[in-house]
Amino acid sequence: MVAPASGAARSAHNDVVPKKRKGPGALATAYLVIYNVVMTAGWLVIAVGLVRAYLAKGSHHGLYYSIEKPLKFFQTGALLEILHCAVGIVPSSVVLTGFQVMSRVFLTWAVTHSVKEVQNEDSILLFVVAWTVTEIIRYSFYTFSLLNHLPYLIKWARYTLFIVLYPMGVAGELLTIHAALPYVQKTGLYSVKLPNKLNFSFDYYTFLTLVMISYIPIFPQLYFHMLRQRKKVLASGEEHKKSH
Amino acid sequence: MAPAQSVELRNLFAVSHFIKKVCEEGLTELGEPAKIKNYVFFEVEILDPKTKEQLCFLDKVEPNATIGEIKCMFHRAYPQWYPSRQALKLDPKGKTLKDDEILQNLPVGTTATFYFKDLGAQVGWTMVFLCEYAGPLFIYLLFYFRPPYIYQHRHAFTSSPYPVVTLACVCHSFHYVKRLIETIFVHRFSHGTMPLRSIVKNCIYYWGFAAWLAYYINHPLYTPPSYGNKQVNYALALFTLCELGNFSIHLALNNLKGDGSKTRKIPYPTKNPFTWLFFFVSCPNYTYEAGAWLGFTIMTQCLPVALFTLLGFIQMTIWAKGKHNTYIKEFKDYPDIRMPIIPFLL
Repeated sequence: MVAPASGAARSAHNDVVPKKRKGPGALATAYLVIYNVVMTAGWLVIAVGLVRAYLAKGSHHGLYYSIEKPLKFFQTGALLEILHCAVGIVPSSVVLTGFQVMSRVFLTWAVTHSVKEVQNEDSILLFVVAWTVTEIIRYSFYTFSLLNHLPYLIKWARYTLFIVLYPMGVAGELLTIHAALPYVQKTGLYSVKLPNKLNFSFDYYTFLTLVMISYIPIFPQLYFHMLRQRKKVLASGEEHKKSH
Repeated sequence: MAPAQSVELRNLFAVSHFIKKVCEEGLTELGEPAKIKNYVFFEVEILDPKTKEQLCFLDKVEPNATIGEIKCMFHRAYPQWYPSRQALKLDPKGKTLKDDEILQNLPVGTTATFYFKDLGAQVGWTMVFLCEYAGPLFIYLLFYFRPPYIYQHRHAFTSSPYPVVTLACVCHSFHYVKRLIETIFVHRFSHGTMPLRSIVKNCIYYWGFAAWLAYYINHPLYTPPSYGNKQVNYALALFTLCELGNFSIHLALNNLKGDGSKTRKIPYPTKNPFTWLFFFVSCPNYTYEAGAWLGFTIMTQCLPVALFTLLGFIQMTIWAKGKHNTYIKEFKDYPDIRMPIIPFLL
């Protein structure tokens, strides 16, 4: 799923709403700049890896293996963003950020990594491409915002490309989960049956099905929230440009 | 000379009665002669904070009218917004005014401007708790009798061969019956109401968890505790003691509020040994509640119960810390040794 629309730094919000918050201190800002630069670089590596593998193979099948390790590393690294919110150096909600990051991490590890049979699916490519483009733009957006030098192009890209990338990513994710279902049912992956000493049971197959269903109420809400954000941010950005 | 009055402005009847008396006798303090008040009537306008549109204009409002009375008047103009649903503020972004605040004591001129916020549908506390507690009571019993479509058809209306399953049903039901009785006869609630959305959320939590843990305990494939009767009996003892303790604390807290004054008092241990926990913690009712659920967890040896106990403990710890800090702020001589919920630890 696409990452939260709220910016990592004051200047991102100054375009929309005057914030009374103090914002991160100098040390925190330096750390955040480094973090965002590293993440931008990481996702660029994944992007380049995809392109090179495609050119080498001549087909878009089975590209997952060429970027498996950096994908896992950098997507898991995003867990730090929950910490940033919790500590307060980033003015986002811990719950919202946590939810978004965990859903990505869930898809990376609990579905794609765990069910090896889906790694050849084309749906993987669908969401990996969506994630890669989104994250490169998002992390460079944060980097430039922190340095108080945000090119309009990046802001535009961040608040516009999601219109295509978000549904693309969701489609890829749903298709991947769906592809994993028969294998989960057959092997009883991550499932616990009765009877047992702890009197507990868990059916991963049912859980994955519920996760898929949960996209129905959640996706439109997030999507329209992003559309509203777009109106606010790009509208005030236009006025800002005109006043120059 | 009218005697000094200590009136609890608990409801609108008391408020209007109080105002009538004040009109007749004047506002008197202890020993002061009653003054003849020359009445300057106030005007009250109520605005929408976003549009600044005037929703209501009240003239000839008595200067010693309370916010509660004004809310009543506003309700007459807008029947759908009953008083407990109204939040009146002096400033659109300011604090909500309390119902017992008096108009002339507020920083307003003779024309007072208030901003109105709709708090949404409200439900009285008693109704809230009845819903929240009756649900788990009946849901658990439902699973206990194993109606068809919950478990496999051949198990419909059968009963478990294990006595611990029946014991667990008795304990769980006792716990919620006790809570219902306390809600009706013991507790006195400070705020009048709760927003509807919160109740839906709370009910989903309580009812959902009750269904989840009842499903496993009453399941045909339920496994009784590993250490057999010894485990069950110790757990039952813990559960019973904690239920008694919890009830004792509720009674003690209720007696604190008993004499009608609205001021908070420090709770102290009484002759009842269960209340001696007050020596060590600010909120022994939460301590006992956590203990009772721990007992139930050990008795049933069921992971969902353990999870429910853990979540409840976390929530109660948050509440206990809040209450503890309020006590410390309000009372300079608050006992040092007391911790919020676990003696010496938490």
